[in-house]
Amino acid sequence: MKITGNVWKFGNDVDTDLIIPARYLNTSDPAELAKHCMEDADPGFAGKVGKGDIIVGGKNFGCGSSREHAPIAIKAAGVSCVIAGSFARIFYRNAFNMGLPILECDKADELKTGDQVSVDFDRGEIVLLSSKKSYSSKAIPPFMQELVQSGGLMKYIAKRIQ
Amino acid sequence: MGMTITEKILAAHAGLERAEPGDLINAKVDIALGNDITAPIAIKQFHESGAKKVYDKTRVILVPDHFVPNKDIQSAMQAKMLRDFAYEQELTYFFDAGEMGVEHALLPEKGLVLPGDVVIGADSHTCTYGGLGAFATGIGSTDLAAAMITGEIWLKVPETVKFVYKGKLRNWVEGKDLILYTIGNIGVDGALYKAMEFTGPVIESLGMAGRLTMANMAIEAGAKNGIIAPDKITEKYVSSRAARKYSFYKSDKDAHYAEIIEYDVSDIEPQVACPHLPENTKGVSQVGDIRIDQAVIGSCTNGRIEDLRSAAAVIKGKKAAKGVRLIVIPATPHIYRTALKEGLFEIFLDAGAIISPPTCGPCLGGHMGILAKGECAISTTNRNFVGRMGHPESEVYLSNPAVAAASAVLGKIGDPADVV
Repeated sequence: MKITGNVWKFGNDVDTDLIIPARYLNTSDPAELAKHCMEDADPGFAGKVGKGDIIVGGKNFGCGSSREHAPIAIKAAGVSCVIAGSFARIFYRNAFNMGLPILECDKADELKTGDQVSVDFDRGEIVLLSSKKSYSSKAIPPFMQELVQSGGLMKYIAKRIQ
Repeated sequence: MGMTITEKILAAHAGLERAEPGDLINAKVDIALGNDITAPIAIKQFHESGAKKVYDKTRVILVPDHFVPNKDIQSAMQAKMLRDFAYEQELTYFFDAGEMGVEHALLPEKGLVLPGDVVIGADSHTCTYGGLGAFATGIGSTDLAAAMITGEIWLKVPETVKFVYKGKLRNWVEGKDLILYTIGNIGVDGALYKAMEFTGPVIESLGMAGRLTMANMAIEAGAKNGIIAPDKITEKYVSSRAARKYSFYKSDKDAHYAEIIEYDVSDIEPQVACPHLPENTKGVSQVGDIRIDQAVIGSCTNGRIEDLRSAAAVIKGKKAAKGVRLIVIPATPHIYRTALKEGLFEIFLDAGAIISPPTCGPCLGGHMGILAKGECAISTTNRNFVGRMGHPESEVYLSNPAVAAASAVLGKIGDPADVV
């Protein structure tokens, strides 16, 4: 699986209240949550982000609450992948369970908003298209990619049961 | 080589002799928990999967505590989803209306989570139950849906960092200060993916409320779980409440730790975490002149009776400063009733406080005390992220209940020693 997208860069410790503030948690409707994605970090984000774009963060991305609304909002906003130095553990699990692929890359800090990158999940390779500079990350194993392509854990399980 | 308490509990629940850091295990779940924000997604997935029954109707617990009493129509619909599901599945433990309390205060109080358990909850502060000597961790709604069906969860066995607390605590220094101090020291990702094991003479003499507070905020250092070995204090707390068997585990002397961190806490003063991360901690005397508009005393972190007593001891006979909204939220109906009987409500009402029914409410900016643009609060809750309690341009400082009460009296952040 390979994708190409524009980078939206955020800092360290992006918490789940920044990703989707609790004032919007009276619904779990993906389209509604997407309208407020990253609102308290960048109020105009939902209007600017394009389909297939990529969020890049520093260390400890997704810290805080267990709300699955966070990866749901990011995915429904059209984001194809999140790359960060490290992820908070509940967010990490929730992202894959929701079918949102995420990659850990300790050089993620070098990427900036507006960069165009390609991501190869099989090889765990991130390439900055302007300079062809390559960054390495852990590959996403085939079963996890299948989980993502199925649309998340429950759909993956349902497919396997059939 | 020996094992840590976390490794022993996980091994026992996976039917294994040993569990080592990095092992992927499938663990039996003693309690699976959801609330009115996270359970609706899990319930939807439960139904979509074609599942008919939860794995055990006595072990799936639903507590609508976040936006309840319902703050708006959509929140009411979410709470109703829990109610409908609880009736359909005939869940033994569904806490509605007058029985509802803040989940992580309620479950230990009712004896529903016990030492040696594996507890998973779709709420990040599920780690609270580590204070009882259980392995407890927060998960998302999808993992909850799977666990409600199967009664199992796959987990990676975490490495453990051992924290040793030595010395004698100063007046007004509590469990909250120990955990804030620790997070200030190691950072909000200082224990990422790991178990935090709290040990040492200070912990051995810490009461159950303080222990639950410490384990509660392990997630604020990125930890998978926080845990304290059960002892006589634990036994006294659980023996009269437990309706099923429980087991005391403790770490072997030759257990392996990723790191051992020792603190002499004799000299630390009450701690305050400044905006916008729990790691921005300072001693209360170092915070400076911070005027406050609101003081919140409550939550799964500090809404227990011991916390209300501590706040009342500071505020007795005094008034909240003009312009400060003091909000007191007993975390459960039992705590509410006890505070009433002990005369604490009289003290709070005399001080000009608002007493709220049990709810998570303002902690996450839900309701019952939202901040306007530019406002500042001191709060006994657990997070001070941007916009956590309301407007993105409001601020939250975290502290223990005595400091919050003292600050309410002073109208600015201050030391209880200056008020009492």
